[in-house]
Amino acid sequence: MAANAELEVEIVAADHFVWSGAATMVRARTSDGEIGILPGHSPVLAILEEGELVIQPVSGERIVVGVDGGFFSVDSNRVVIVADNARIGGSVTAEAR
Amino acid sequence: MGAQIRVYRQKIASTTSTRKIFKAMELIATSRIGRARSRVASSLPYANAITRAVSAVASQTEFDHPLTTEPAEVRRAAVLVMTSDRGLAGSYSASALKQAEGLFEKLKSEGKETKAYLVGRKAQAYFDFRRRPYEQVWTGDTDAPKFETAREIGKALLDDFATDYADGGVEEIHVVYTKFRSMVVQEPSVIRLLPLEVVDEQDSSDAELLPLYEYEPEPERVLDALLPRYIESRLFAALLQSSASELAARQRAMKSAGDNATELIKKYTRLRNTARQAEITQELSEIVAGADALNAS
Repeated sequence: MAANAELEVEIVAADHFVWSGAATMVRARTSDGEIGILPGHSPVLAILEEGELVIQPVSGERIVVGVDGGFFSVDSNRVVIVADNARIGGSVTAEAR
Repeated sequence: MGAQIRVYRQKIASTTSTRKIFKAMELIATSRIGRARSRVASSLPYANAITRAVSAVASQTEFDHPLTTEPAEVRRAAVLVMTSDRGLAGSYSASALKQAEGLFEKLKSEGKETKAYLVGRKAQAYFDFRRRPYEQVWTGDTDAPKFETAREIGKALLDDFATDYADGGVEEIHVVYTKFRSMVVQEPSVIRLLPLEVVDEQDSSDAELLPLYEYEPEPERVLDALLPRYIESRLFAALLQSSASELAARQRAMKSAGDNATELIKKYTRLRNTARQAEITQELSEIVAGADALNAS
């Protein structure tokens, strides 16, 4: 994996799609503590705790998403965040339907 | 004769007003069905992601989870029946209930005790009328189910599944719902929810190699957290499919009811015209006959 690769992030909630886009960094809170994901991360499947998720998109301001539980998976620069409930807070660059 | 015309007029008026109701309900169902279908579509990413994660864990680690182990012997099974809250949807609820009856019969013939969980007021009314017991019923949002409802149902079913047979628990859970194939085809179907068989229903053919994940925390705990969500997501999918089917069935039923009403109005209008014409003819012939009688005298 190239070092300058980007992460492809997708956030889905139980009944709707929340956000997707390219990012350089994702930070999340798991049951073991905080985890930061940069491009080229090894595959991980982890349980999310209630808390905030921070995404640094390739362009634009960082996005803060509040989640209350769920899980996320990382493989080959693709991050899928599956939250029971997700709200985009902070700088809202994408619309929340 | 005048009385007959009045009867036809009344019939025409009442049929016209019921036709208005049918038309309105048809339009409402049509407008909601689009929303219901888009909700089905928007729940897909979640369902796909969770299915993928569960199959990844299940295929890479070998251990038994209580939710996936087949019990040696199934002595009691629970059936969740999904119907609608309101009628006027053609045979929608009736065919789901018929499917459920078939399943109950089958389970009984296999020597299993059964327990019923219901969704929708129609199922509740059906069981109440026959004085048959049911464990729990969820009503109020069958035409636009919320995820919270799926979660509640999932919790109740999992609790029941976790309970021992001796304490009244079940060892198998089935779900009867109506699959939305298209606007004209909806079929009542049965799935076995628990114990879980983790299979990717849609695309088992495309052999996508799942990456070797690291788990955080241990795989057992990940699976513990994933499986209830997987069940909730399957229940929610079933609820959404049922609601889309309900609306499609209602739309179709209301359309044919409206068409029948139009037909009836046409028929009554003809009859009314005939009656009116007959009255005029009779009056005329009476006048002519009267005049003839006067002239003859």
